[in-house]
Formats: sequence, structure tokens, C-alpha cells
Amino acid sequence: MFRTRPDHRPETVQVFVEGRALMVPEGSSAAAAMLIAGLPAMRETPVSGSPRLAWCMMGVCFDCLAEIDGIANRQACMVPVAAGMRIARQHGAREVPR
Amino acid sequence: MTVRRFDAMVIGGGLVGSAIAWGLRREGLSVALLDEGDAAYRASRGNFGLVWVQSKGLGAPWYQRWTRQSAESWAALADDLAKQTGLSLGLSQPGGLHLCLSDQEMKDRETRLEQMKREAGNYGFDYRMLDAREAREMLPGLGPAVVGASFTPYDGHVSPLALLRSLHHGFTALGGVYLPNVKITGIATAPRNFLLQTNLGTIQAERAVLAAGLGNAALATHFGLKAPVRPQRGQVLVTERARAALPMPTTTIRQTGEGSIMLGDSVEEVGFDTRQSQPVMAEIAHRAALCFPWIGKLNVVRAWSALRVMSPDGLPIYEQSETLPGAFTANCHSGVTLAAAHGKLLAPMIARGELDPFLAPFSAKRF
Amino acid sequence: MNLVPVKTSPAPSKFDLAIIGAGPAGMAAAITARECGLSVLVVDETAAPGGQVFRAAELAGADPALARDMAPGLDLIARFRALDITYRPGATLWMLDPDTGTLSVSRLGESSDFVAERILLATGAQERPVPIPGWTLPGVMSAGAAQIALKTAGMVPSGRVVLAGQGPLMWLLANQLIRAGVLPVLVETRTQPILRTALEHGGIFSGFAQLAKGIGLILKARQSGMRVITGAKHLRAEGSPRVQGLRFEGGYEACDTLLLHEGVMPSTHISMAIGLEHGWDSQQLCWRPKLDVFGASSHARIAVAGDGAVIGGWEAALAAGQLAALDAGLRLGRIARANRDARAEVSAAALLQARALRPFLDALYAPSQEILAPPEESTIICRCEEVTAGSLRWAAAIGATGPNQAKAYLRCGMGPCQGRLCGSTVAAVIAETRSVPVAEVGHFRPRAPYKPITVNELAGAPQGADRLS
Repeated sequence: MFRTRPDHRPETVQVFVEGRALMVPEGSSAAAAMLIAGLPAMRETPVSGSPRLAWCMMGVCFDCLAEIDGIANRQACMVPVAAGMRIARQHGAREVPR
Repeated sequence: MTVRRFDAMVIGGGLVGSAIAWGLRREGLSVALLDEGDAAYRASRGNFGLVWVQSKGLGAPWYQRWTRQSAESWAALADDLAKQTGLSLGLSQPGGLHLCLSDQEMKDRETRLEQMKREAGNYGFDYRMLDAREAREMLPGLGPAVVGASFTPYDGHVSPLALLRSLHHGFTALGGVYLPNVKITGIATAPRNFLLQTNLGTIQAERAVLAAGLGNAALATHFGLKAPVRPQRGQVLVTERARAALPMPTTTIRQTGEGSIMLGDSVEEVGFDTRQSQPVMAEIAHRAALCFPWIGKLNVVRAWSALRVMSPDGLPIYEQSETLPGAFTANCHSGVTLAAAHGKLLAPMIARGELDPFLAPFSAKRF
Repeated sequence: MNLVPVKTSPAPSKFDLAIIGAGPAGMAAAITARECGLSVLVVDETAAPGGQVFRAAELAGADPALARDMAPGLDLIARFRALDITYRPGATLWMLDPDTGTLSVSRLGESSDFVAERILLATGAQERPVPIPGWTLPGVMSAGAAQIALKTAGMVPSGRVVLAGQGPLMWLLANQLIRAGVLPVLVETRTQPILRTALEHGGIFSGFAQLAKGIGLILKARQSGMRVITGAKHLRAEGSPRVQGLRFEGGYEACDTLLLHEGVMPSTHISMAIGLEHGWDSQQLCWRPKLDVFGASSHARIAVAGDGAVIGGWEAALAAGQLAALDAGLRLGRIARANRDARAEVSAAALLQARALRPFLDALYAPSQEILAPPEESTIICRCEEVTAGSLRWAAAIGATGPNQAKAYLRCGMGPCQGRLCGSTVAAVIAETRSVPVAEVGHFRPRAPYKPITVNELAGAPQGADRLS
């Protein structure tokens, strides 16, 4: 559960998190966008299906793996948001890409 | 220092040594399994995981047969270990394909397998050459670059690390003594009487089994044996876990029980060099993407480079010393495929003190 | 027959000095290297320079919660941006061959190779894992994670926030959160007595400015009404499906977000992958590369500077970056030895000054054994593969003498993080189970690719193109 501070970070970008449009501060990562959206999880683990949100937010833990613009298992904390970005949860092991 | 006495000591705790030690323990012998430390060459930790019969033993039907026997006993091995340890090895033996990317490859492959069939004689060797369409039916997602494949029903795969773990676990659960971090400081030998001085004390046994992989080359001379093995490098790439997509293994691509896809392999003669090399990794990746274009989009999450234990002709070496009976050497580069043979066939021979005559072609005298 | 078009890439460009990381050490090194006339390549994963300490400083510079902390970084970043260098942000180093000086870098889904005469690793630090029961619950994050969220997006945790653990970063973050309008509860796990530790370890006078700053942070936070609970033990995060509270011996604090911190340690993933010699630092309780005073490593081509060499903070990192660049200038024949030594004096003095308080801080905030080697069976140690402390103890007991064998048995370290997060815990648990020092147990052997890249990208990697026909 996170909230933004528009008074101090007024510039925003529109992204889509799980299909819903959301304005997030410029400079946010896709992981931050998911936190702002209040998702209960960024992914379910492939090992046990456990829900995970981010742990480190700096590219070390790989818990923030999410599907971004149709590509699965990307480290969401390492991807800066861009206008129109589509961000979705990674449900377990990756679907075989077509 | 006190001397610890055993019926057998096995030097080397990799897939070969562990399987033999486990088998010896099941024969009721007291066994010490001596192993290295955490950072070592350890071919067993670099294994691909195929239980592979296809194309083993061209020109050497005894090897073809030994491999087949192992593959046929593998389910029983997995079962025994599962009962002992509660751990599933993820064994799957649905048959396997060797993919061909050109008509010439197909021709060469067929010639090779036809020869193996002839050499198998009455023992039989069942294989089929599949065209692109048939191959695609067996393996969905096969790319247009694949011209065809050879198939035999004997092939399969398993988790090599689960195998190592359950062999160690099963061995110790049966009362075997596993000694890691061993450094040998002295060796004294006499027929059926072997003494090792180590940092963990002195160990004595009636039987000594040399299963130290690349270390066997130097070790063998102390035991009246020869083990002319050399390192042969192979690199492997592993992808992130994916939903189940590959129903059967191929020679260089298989999907593990966890969902990751393993991509191999390379054959490099570079000595004791375990570094990775970008060109080789790129080539493995390229070939894999040619075979299955969808694999191209998956992330490689780890890779490694390891040294196979290779004899001059690529076949195993099994031998009992003539000058020092009770000393045996066991070397191969297919520690997974042959694990069942080692545990269930070879170990009882070693326990009895005599290798069956049909293993005679595997002696180092052939070199 | 080759049916997939193969990329032929241009010959790799060659640089005098390649720097991995655009944090304080990397930026300072680049500035000094240019002063020595070296050609410089800087590769950094993040979109803008600053490392973690000055992360998103250009965006956050005016944010009242962060302004004063970011100020020193802004000047450094401006000077870095003005340099005539090749700067590749958003680029990930996935393979490094120290013998040929070849760097394989992935950017926007494509891989390129660069070659450098000398390479400086300035990859910084990472937070220690804090493996308490329940630490994988949604809503439990590292303190640094919340700080990065604040720096990059100005965002703060809403609802009740508990900050648990110990270390200077905790107090810094507490102040930043308070300035941003959030009043956390701080549950401190420190058990070492301040005064006695100070007397035993000294450095108080030379490190006085730093100490005063730290004390200031503590006082400020308390003055703002932040509740502080001290000497906390046996932490566990509780709740379902996300964290609802922190339990500890003698207490419970309800929360919506739990931020954990037990100090930082050098990121040694790349330095270990390329085979540099490392030593166990029993004061900082971590492995770090063996280096001389200029940061030169056991490999002739490689140097390491900043928190990735030894934890010291950004001012130390700055000085270390300068020293490494001066040394590069000498080794590449651009400056004379006397010149290097003269210019190095100032940096070396600054380095000593910046690190003066370190022995005291390391001792004061040493993580407890239960944090290093979690005692409960079901506590997850490897987050990627969900391996528990209980399994690891079993593996150590049946014969895994080190992390690599444990990895073979249990898969810990085989996930995408490649053991970055679990390595220290795995080693500590094995050491405890087998009653041997951690230094003897060893560490994981990371391999390329250091970060995931796709099979296609790897297939199209430049050196591969030459081999395929």
C-alpha cells in the first residue's frame, strides 16, 4: 500500500496495471506502479504459487517479475514507466511464447 | 590415530562413486564414501540429465548393451531411491529424439543407427527416422529448420541433481559413511588390503573403488590400475521456468520437472579450463532457437561450464587391478544414464570381488 | 544450413577504462579518469546516474523529504553528465572476460561487446537479506526498497508502517519518511551498547562529523514523536494474505507495511563470477574482493571501488573511485607515478576520514546470529526456489560442506537472483550446522549471464556471429 505525493512530484505518466489506467509519477518503475495500484501481488511464484510483492526494488531479489508490454518475467523495478505501458502480474511459470 | 575399517572404500562422491557406494551398501558391505570439498571440478554437478541410449556404442555393441541394461533398470533405481528418501527423481522415459537440421545430417544419422542395429544383432535395436511432419507431431513448436529426427523408445531424462542428492541421502540412510572434504595424504596397498591416510583419519578396506572422475588418472597408478581420462568441456544454458511444453527430450534440449529448459551442449578440448565462452554459448542458443523458435524468447537465467570425464574412445573404463585385486576403477562420462547399471549391476560384482566377463572390453588394457 | 539471419556486428570499440556502475564511485572515477586523459565507458543498469544513494537525484532534488540528502549528489551528477565519455544507462553487463577485457552488455533487448584495457567494478552494495519468518509476505520489503520508491517516485507507504532492524539507513529513512508525512514505528534489533562499543572501537573523533549527523537523525526522529522499541528479538512477520503485523519477544506491532533492514554488504556477484580473490571480513561479516590501496584486484586488468569493495558510504566511494582512476592513469601510461601519488594523497586522506567511524558502526550494528542463520525450520532462505532453513540444515548435516553442494542438493541459488540474496544466509547456516567458521564454508560461484537475457539475444551476441556460418 503506497501513496504518491503529487504536490512534490507533479509530472505523471499514464500506464495500465492489470488493464486499469493509472497515473504514476514520472521516474516510477513498473514495480512502483504496481505498488501504487495497490495490487495484492506482483506475481505468484512458480514453485508454490505464493503471492509476492517486491522485496528490494533495486534488481537484486527478482521478486518483482511481472509481464510488461506482453513480455513475461521482466524485473519490474528495473523498467522505468513509459506512456501506455501495460503491466500485469506474472502467474507462476511463464507461458510458452507464441 | 585410530584406523577405521570398512569392507569397501569408494574414492569419489559423484554420480559414479555414489551409485556404486549405494549399491555396495545394499549388498550388506560396510562402506566409506570419500568426497572432495565444496569447490571442485565435480562433473556430477554439471550434468545435463539425459538417460540416453540412442547413439551410444557405435562399433562397440557391449557398450550399447550396457547402456540399454542401465536404461531398463532405471525405473527400479528411481523407485528404490524414492522409497528410501521420499524424493522423486523426476524420471521420464518416453523415448527421445535427435533433431537434424539438414538432409545430410539425416543421412548420417540413419547410417549410424542402422550400423548400431546390425551390431546389436539378436539383442535388437529399435529406431525410427522421422520426417519433419512426424517430428512436429511428437514435439509441438518445432521450427521449420528441423528437417527430421531419429527416435528410439529407450531414451529419457531425469533430474541429475535429485539423483546425486538421493544417492547421498539413501547411502547415509542405509548406514553408509559419507566423508566430505577429504584430503588423501598417504596410500598403502596390498592385495585386498588398502590403507588411506587422510585429514579425517586412517581408513582401511578390503576393496577400494576409484571413482574420482578426472582425479582417477593420477590415483589409479597407486592401485595398479590405469585410468587414462582427460577433461572435455561442455557448456549448458538453462532458461526460466516455463509451463510444460516439451513432452520428450532431445539430445541437446530438454525441459526439467521444474519447467526450466536446458540447452546443451558443446564439446570443447580445452584442458582443465572451466571458464565459459561467449561464442559457444551463442552457438548453443542459436541452435536451440533454430529447433524451437519459441525457445528464443525465453530468458536464460543461468549457465555453466563443466568438465566431462572422457576416456580416449569415449567408452567407460571398468577394471579390477591384477596386481592388487580388490582395487577397482570406474570411469565414464554418462554418470546419469549408467547410474542404474553402477548401482544394481556393477556394485554387486565389486562386492563379489569379480567383474563379469562381459565387462572385459571396458578394461583399460584396450588402450 | 543457417536459416536464421545472423547479425554481424561492427568490431567492438576499445576504451582505456570501462566503469561498471554510475554511482558515486563510478562517477568520481569517470571524472578523474578524464582528467588523466583516458577514454572512458560507463555502463549502468539504471536510467540515470546516481547509484542507489543518489538514485533519481535529478528528479528528487526538490522533494523536501530528500532535498538535503540529495544535494551533494546533484553537483557530482552534473559534472558527470558534462563529461566527454561513452555513457550507457539502462544497460546490463551480463558477461565479462577479464583476460581479454571484453564486456558483453545488453540494452533494449540487444547485446553488444565492448573492450577495455582496464575495468573498474563500481557496482555498490546491496542490503543484507533479513530472513525472519514471514519475510516473503506481500507488504514486507527492505528499508532500502521504500527509500528507492521515495526517491524515484516520491511515493510513501500508506497506513501503519513499521521499520524493523538496525543500522544508519534505518534512521535516515525514518527521517525521510517523517519529512514526507509518514510517522513509522521503529523496532530496533540492536543489542550492542553504544557507549562501550564506541570506546572499544574508536574513530569517534576523526569520524565526529558523521557521528554528529547520525545522532542528529536519531534525535530528530524521536522528537517527531516516533515510537522506538529497542533490543527486539525473535522477529516474525505475521498476517495473511499480506503482512498485518510484526511480532517480537515481548511485543507486537500491527502494520500495513513492514520495512526490514540489517545493514548492507558489498555486491560481489560480478567480482566473484570473474574469479577475483575474495577474503572474509569478520568485522563486516561479508566477503569482499582483495584489493590494494588503489582498488587493484587479484586480476591485472580489474579494479574495484566503492561499496562493492568494502562498505564505507558515498564519501569513501568517491575517494576510492578517484584513487582507482588515478591508478588506471598510471597503468595506462598517461600520468607518472609521482603525479599519481601526489594527487592520490588528498583522496586517500578523504577515504580514511570517511571510513573512520566504520569499525564502530560495524560492531554496533552487527546482525544477530538469528538473523544471519535463521533458527526456525520453516523460514524461507532462498526466496526464488523457496528453500527453507530446515532443508538447508538437513543438507549440511548429511554432508553439504558448502553452498555449491547445498545448491546441488536443494536448488538454493538456482533461481534468477543466482544466489545474490540467499548466498550469505546459506553459508551462515551451513557454518553453524557444521560448527566451522563461515570463511571456511565458502560461497557460491556465480556464472554468466549475470542477469537474464533471452536465448535470441544470446544467439545474436557479437562473438557468436563470427562462429556461425
